[in-house]
Amino acid sequence: MKKETEVLIIGGGVVGTAIARELAKYKLDVTLVEKEADVCTGTSKANTALLHAGFNADFNTLKGKLNVRGNELYHQLEKELDVPIEWIGALVVAKKEAELAKLEELLENGQQNGVPDLEILKREELFKLEPNLSPDAIAALYAPTAGIVNPFELTVAFAENAVENGVEVLLEAEVLDIKEQGNYKLVRTAQGDIEAELVINAAGLYSDKIANMVGIDDFEITPRKGEYYLYDKKLDLDVNHTIFPVPTEVSKGIVITPTDEVNLLIGPNAEEVEDKSDLANTREGLDEVMSGAQKTIPDLGMSGVIKQFSGLRAAIKETEDFLIEASEKVEGFINVAGIQSPGLASAPAIAEMVAGIVEKEYDELELDPDFNPEHQGIPRFRHLSHQERAKLLEGNEDYGEIICRCESITKGEIIDAIRGPIGARTVNAVKRRVRPGAGRCQGGFCEPKVVEILAEELGIEPTEVKLEGQGSQLLVEPAKESLQKEVSDSE
Amino acid sequence: MNKQSYDLVVIGGGPAGLAAAQEAYDQGIRDILIIERDFELGGILQQCIHNGFGLHHFGEELTGPEYAQRFMESVADRGIEIKLNTMVLEVTPEKMVYAINSTEGMLEIDAQAVILAMGCRERTREAIGIPGSRPAGVFSAGTAQRYINMEGYLPGKKAVIVGSGDIGLIMARRMHLEGAEVEAVLEIMPFSGGLTRNIIQCLDDFDIPLRLSQTVTKIHGKERVEGVTVSKVDQNLRPIPGTEYFIECDTLLLSVGLIPENELSTELGVELDAKTNGPTVNEGRETNIEGVYACGNVLHVHDLVDYVTEESKLAGKTAAYFLQDKIAKREERIEVRAGDDVSYVVPQRITDKVDNRKRVDLYLRGKRPLENARVIIKDGEQELFSKKERVIKPAEMITLPLPEKMIDDLKSNQIEIEIVEEGA
Repeated sequence: MKKETEVLIIGGGVVGTAIARELAKYKLDVTLVEKEADVCTGTSKANTALLHAGFNADFNTLKGKLNVRGNELYHQLEKELDVPIEWIGALVVAKKEAELAKLEELLENGQQNGVPDLEILKREELFKLEPNLSPDAIAALYAPTAGIVNPFELTVAFAENAVENGVEVLLEAEVLDIKEQGNYKLVRTAQGDIEAELVINAAGLYSDKIANMVGIDDFEITPRKGEYYLYDKKLDLDVNHTIFPVPTEVSKGIVITPTDEVNLLIGPNAEEVEDKSDLANTREGLDEVMSGAQKTIPDLGMSGVIKQFSGLRAAIKETEDFLIEASEKVEGFINVAGIQSPGLASAPAIAEMVAGIVEKEYDELELDPDFNPEHQGIPRFRHLSHQERAKLLEGNEDYGEIICRCESITKGEIIDAIRGPIGARTVNAVKRRVRPGAGRCQGGFCEPKVVEILAEELGIEPTEVKLEGQGSQLLVEPAKESLQKEVSDSE
Repeated sequence: MNKQSYDLVVIGGGPAGLAAAQEAYDQGIRDILIIERDFELGGILQQCIHNGFGLHHFGEELTGPEYAQRFMESVADRGIEIKLNTMVLEVTPEKMVYAINSTEGMLEIDAQAVILAMGCRERTREAIGIPGSRPAGVFSAGTAQRYINMEGYLPGKKAVIVGSGDIGLIMARRMHLEGAEVEAVLEIMPFSGGLTRNIIQCLDDFDIPLRLSQTVTKIHGKERVEGVTVSKVDQNLRPIPGTEYFIECDTLLLSVGLIPENELSTELGVELDAKTNGPTVNEGRETNIEGVYACGNVLHVHDLVDYVTEESKLAGKTAAYFLQDKIAKREERIEVRAGDDVSYVVPQRITDKVDNRKRVDLYLRGKRPLENARVIIKDGEQELFSKKERVIKPAEMITLPLPEKMIDDLKSNQIEIEIVEEGA
């Protein structure tokens, strides 16, 4: 069956979902397609989770323009979407006299970009903020407007609020082909054909492949891998800000930052890879991350590490900038590509800019008076006081059953994640929304319980429950099944 | 908030908590509550359906559930109160226990004494940092054991096991008996971390190869494990370039160590031993916080549940004596230290005077395997006595009884235990 839509967004990362939510403000028929079984499974799921202040990107670039605006917009979004943001501020730490000039340069560039309240801190002030820094630190650029956010909760909130306002989201709907037919595009997906007047290409790592489908071949996406270590939230080492070393010509250096859940995160390195799905950690990459972080905070080590992971940046090497424009070559096709850092920080500003482009395409857009910007997140039991917990439980006893002991995640939260507007279908999708398995035991205790709840809620067998993508089932068969088969075969 | 109060709250209804509660009852304490987060008592024993439990304590060979059942019955016979499906969220230094369950809601339990018996968790792939992809099919051995023995599902058909600790060995046999192929058990150390009897009964009897000084250096597969790269390691446990080989498999099980679960304890202010990752305790298993005790695998990882029982009874008894005001403190506390070739000693201090006590047992582990060794007990710098040990294995705990009289006659305030090779 053919589906018709005015605007089709390809890609359910933070950019695609932010655009969907922005366009939901207008009287427009919007559909979003995502190839995976969940939103937030590409670049958006594995990054440093930073809302950069905006001093880094050159003020002549799109990155420079959109980062600061995006950062500002998040102050309203955190309330509307019920996604907590910690505005902890960032420091760029200089260790040599020669690096002081670079701090001044960043300060000036930041001011041109419109970053407020930037200042250079002397050694003494710096160590008051971060006592565990390497003793040879001498000064830092301080950007108090930088923040940290949970990119999973954020992306899901954008997507769910879009759905709540009439956007249709199709998962496991990989785009296979796009044909131009008169004044619309026929988009063939794994979930059927879709006729769209306007296509927005926010396909991240694969945005060049999508563009190729309509004959656009003037940009190429290079996957650039970054690896990370994540620490236990009980790590006995205080870090209060996002800390960068001074960037050099060859390297941006390893970042050290608390996450929104006060785990410490270190990374990423940068390595170009061939395969757009190569998320494997490497010994070399991890070692580079650790030794890089130790230069800034020498007390870091393997003790307390609870996870390694890696992400892929979707880089356009020629420009190292975002590419956001209506194609001159193909009418009704908007590219939103090359969104690497500071993509997360810029996402709302990118969405605003894309809405502007869409408005031009249609000459004029009418606001939808029924748009509801408010999205209710899932209760966060772990952050509540004992009194608040007692109250939460009164309405629903599932909030009294702890499933994940490391993170104190209740059965109620897991069920909420599965029953949400974009319900979790996999173990990792549940983890991204409400965190069971994100703690120090990495699901050793709670994973069997999450599998059981997923099977029950989705009405499937435990052997059908997947970790993530197609073919990632955790269990192969009921115990004794093949043994019984052997016995009956021999009879 | 639902307010309650008990003389003694035992956190954890596994073998440690059950034995501690039982003993406290037998010493005269009646107002006891056991809090268990799972739907039944017994802890990890419930998924250990193999036999070999109870040889020391009961003088017979039991399965895990059978061993647990005996204590569950004795706790039931005594009418000790139990809360199942209940999670402790916080314990304060004033011994206020905050817990939650879905029927009673948030509980605020005022306790006079608390026994910490939360057990341990498994070290993960992440904690040891195995590079590679992150597909389905990588499980800690205990999680795989739960899937098979409790949930009734096989997690894979062709497995490689990293780590030859007891759970790894038991799971090699379990997977084999369930019809899966076990390609190899890899051990990064030049010796196994498991009990000798488990190597024989779980690997040798089924022709499952144990490869020492080898480890997985890369995990392959996008959605599901497709194989692992294995490397030999040098003396510093670093992979030797050029020794890599590939094993095709769909499952990787990890048995790479157990970590006492002390998140509640540390928030409460309990001091931990960097080596055991458990609380530091006195000979009665009292932590640095008066009236708070720890026993079983939350204190240090035991190789036999029988020892857990023994230790937990001690903790239960001390808690009872504390509640009955029967404990006198020594004038000066005696520090117990691990010396050369000893990885740790529990207890870490001797502080109490207890009527009619004959001896204090010290539990210790050697750092490395040795043959014909001598365990030396020193009073400060002075050798007190020594004991010959034909074989020392880090996997097998050594118990060293210290007569009460010897403790009373100590000249210094420090006991040090060291291990030396004979003739060295």
